Amino acid sequence: MSPVVALINVLAVGCLVFALFKDRKKARQSLLAAAKSFLRILPLVLMIIVIVGLFSAFIPPSQIMKFIGDQAGWSGILAIAALGAVLHIPALISYPLAASLLQSGAAIASVAAFITTLTMVGVVTLPLEIKELGLRLAVLRNGLSFIIAVFIALIMGIVL
Amino acid sequence: MNNKSLIKDSLIFLGVLVAAALLLFIFPEKKDAAAATAWRYLLEMMAILPAVMIIMGLFSVFISKEQVVKYLGKASGAKGPLVAILFGTLPTGPLYIVFPLAAALIKKGARVSNMVVFISAWACIKIPQELVELEFLGFKFMGTRLLLTIFFVILMGLLIERLVGGKNTKAGFQSIRRKET
Repeated sequence: MSPVVALINVLAVGCLVFALFKDRKKARQSLLAAAKSFLRILPLVLMIIVIVGLFSAFIPPSQIMKFIGDQAGWSGILAIAALGAVLHIPALISYPLAASLLQSGAAIASVAAFITTLTMVGVVTLPLEIKELGLRLAVLRNGLSFIIAVFIALIMGIVL
Repeated sequence: MNNKSLIKDSLIFLGVLVAAALLLFIFPEKKDAAAATAWRYLLEMMAILPAVMIIMGLFSVFISKEQVVKYLGKASGAKGPLVAILFGTLPTGPLYIVFPLAAALIKKGARVSNMVVFISAWACIKIPQELVELEFLGFKFMGTRLLLTIFFVILMGLLIERLVGGKNTKAGFQSIRRKET
């Protein structure tokens, strides 16, 4: 077990014990919510795991390097950033995918761009954001977030 | 609706599984590599996911929307963006509830810049998410991305506030009123 896995589990148990002492009913309610969201995300998690398995077996690192590796440059980063902006998958399941891409030779900048736009830019949630916050604010936030994500990715590619 | 999307996701998963089985049936020599990788990631996810869900469940039940509104409404000055980030990172709920929350806060007089920071933090720097990133991508990756994100998100908040108009919240208020009329 990695230290991070241990940390997360200790944290969860610690919070749970604290919650049980504070308010038994609410703690039970939280566990129910946790079980529900676990079930809710499970099919997607399993799906991404199968996809990651297939990826690693069928797509040779040379292909991944060509499209989103170090030599892919700008077009690779922009393409994967756009993909992240359009896709609507939970960030939680994007990390194993990102890790497997990194292992097969994707550039750090590409992976950073993907994760950052995936969470910060939401094309699918944009209509809701416009409805609640107005067109200007929503479009500005998503547009600038996309630019920021590319910046963050480029900086990470340089410093890491 | 929740059940419906669960069924939809399950069907998609089954579809992917069947496709994978077919593919590996045609190329049996790939089976071991695919299975080994999938198994490794499955173990890692299952070691993390229940704990992440428990942490998120606890926060969403114990910290009410009213408390978030109360603290964010009060925060001002240099403390504003930091409080916005702090409350954004707490795992208190899905993305779609942050938009009406931010809209309500702007109407109450919160600064547009802080609300942009709040929404962005809510979307991309949830604490359990960061821990999963730490596990899969390592400390250097996660830490660098986190710091850069915080820096740029605060910058973006100030810039958007400028663009939407003025330091006061009237502009944000108007942009929200505009869509109502």
